[in-house]
Amino acid sequence: MTGPTVIPRRRSRQHWWRANFVVGAVLVSALLALALLSFVWTPWPATELDIPNKLKPPSAAHWLGTDSLGRDIVSLLIVGSRVSIAVGLIAVGIGMTFGVGLGLLAAVRRGWIEEAVMRLSDFAFAFPALLSAIMLAAIYGPGLVTSIVAIGIFNVPVFARITRASALVVRSREFVLAARALGKGEGRITLEHVLPNIAAILIVQATIQFAVAILAEAALSYLGLGTQPPTPSWGRMLNEAQQQLFRAPMLAVYPGAAIALTVLGLNLMGDGLRDIFDPRLTQRR
Amino acid sequence: MRHHKNLRARGRGGTDIGFFLFKRVASFVATLLAASLVIFLVLDVLPGSAAEVMLGDSATPESVAALSKKLGLDRPAPVRYLDWMRGLSVGDLGTSVAYNAPIAEIVGERLAVTVPLALMAMALTTVLAFALGLFAAARHGRAADVGVMAASQVGIAIPNFWFAILLILVFAVKLRWFSAGGFPGWSVEAGGGPGPALRALVLPAVALAVVQAAILARIVRSAVIDVQREDFVRTARAKGVSRRGVLWGHVLRNAMVPVLTIMGLQFANLLTGTVVIENVFSLPGLGRLVFQAIANRDLLVVRDVVMLLAAAVVVINFVVDLLYVVIDPRLRVQSA
Repeated sequence: MTGPTVIPRRRSRQHWWRANFVVGAVLVSALLALALLSFVWTPWPATELDIPNKLKPPSAAHWLGTDSLGRDIVSLLIVGSRVSIAVGLIAVGIGMTFGVGLGLLAAVRRGWIEEAVMRLSDFAFAFPALLSAIMLAAIYGPGLVTSIVAIGIFNVPVFARITRASALVVRSREFVLAARALGKGEGRITLEHVLPNIAAILIVQATIQFAVAILAEAALSYLGLGTQPPTPSWGRMLNEAQQQLFRAPMLAVYPGAAIALTVLGLNLMGDGLRDIFDPRLTQRR
Repeated sequence: MRHHKNLRARGRGGTDIGFFLFKRVASFVATLLAASLVIFLVLDVLPGSAAEVMLGDSATPESVAALSKKLGLDRPAPVRYLDWMRGLSVGDLGTSVAYNAPIAEIVGERLAVTVPLALMAMALTTVLAFALGLFAAARHGRAADVGVMAASQVGIAIPNFWFAILLILVFAVKLRWFSAGGFPGWSVEAGGGPGPALRALVLPAVALAVVQAAILARIVRSAVIDVQREDFVRTARAKGVSRRGVLWGHVLRNAMVPVLTIMGLQFANLLTGTVVIENVFSLPGLGRLVFQAIANRDLLVVRDVVMLLAAAVVVINFVVDLLYVVIDPRLRVQSA
């Protein structure tokens, strides 16, 4: 291959991944806008029962129809987005707070502390969010807190591993050696040099984990371990829709599509951010 | 001289493998023990009185004491833990309060659904992922590649239980090719048989596999593309090895290391996916059992099933670690 044939191809590929980011960002912004909108306006009160109007097909009054209790589907979907965002934010927050802390500790202290953190994260992988949620639900009963804690715990080793690996790379760079030579302590080096340099990787991972958390929350709510009625959530909507599959099949389509579009948006955004932060990866694809 | 060097290298390799295996087995046993301790602490020690949790709000001090005595929960925690470990090692898992039957027996019946389902799903995942991944890699950068990648991006975003519901909608509700759920059993006497039983597992296995294959196909594609650029592939082609020969003998073997890593990680997803999908299709497997146990507050069943599922994840990761060594001999030396 010669130079001139390579350059246009790379450019077009870069445009392709940037397009991914834009599509992802649009989907995620739409979700955020809907969630914010739900605090001031929904077409109908989301939890208001209207039994005489149950299982109505789409109409001017109810754009996507009503469910088996007469609740407006559009309103339920809009309010349901709040739970997804809240669980995603808190679970990723828990994962980042503890995971990044442990990962940095492992990278700075090395030795047995590093070994302990790594073995602990190996071990935590034996407990996917669903298993933790099952254990917590058996003792404390199902609920939103149970699912948030279970998903949060699962995020800790993910962030611990990626933080340690990236921090080790940054700590071997010359500017860290220079900072150390100037007499800066490990704490300051970590906060002023290491953390800002691994922030991009952590943001990308957070976007992906956000998507994973939304999928996990939906599954837990579908199984009855997560959000409890009457709080609307997409997972619960799917559970209720499955019971009406023969009478109103479309009820099972909307909440699933909402979950899939949200996760797709977050994944595309994560991919796009990775390419923006590290263009070398784009060329390797 | 050269011969001597080779012998020395082989000798050192042997010890390295021994040390590698020892390290892996030790870490495998330690992880299993740690998992059992955590499960025991959360489900047995943390609640204070497991009997109280099992009996719920209607419990009287007398009934709690009677159940504690019956299940041996009145003994000190270390004794209960050791007793549980001894039971696990000989296959005696205790008695279920809700079913009033040996837990080992109930779990055994449920495994006859969960294990075939997981195996079918994993086999389907592998076939789909390799077919799509190799297809996309062979057409790297062309429309077909972009199409497969876009489809897999969408596949990754779809919740497997929603996909399962859509499959029911199309193939059970509309086309009526399959039943919407339930399991006829493996024995003909009970009204089932291998044919109907496998038929009942088709939609659940497809629901599990399609989403997993979307992830794995991307890994297969990028691993194959990476290996195809290596010098040894060009050398093999220059030596006159056919395209197909290079693909099977050189490219796939070398691409397997990253692919296996992801497959190992996916197994945990597959297992939890099975728990969810069993509930979508009302299949009487481990997943249904653990949910019925939560509803019945049958803590001992929850404890044993969670231990079994966690152990399965640990065992698979251990097997993947060992497979690395078989596939990539370089790792034998590096890992030691």
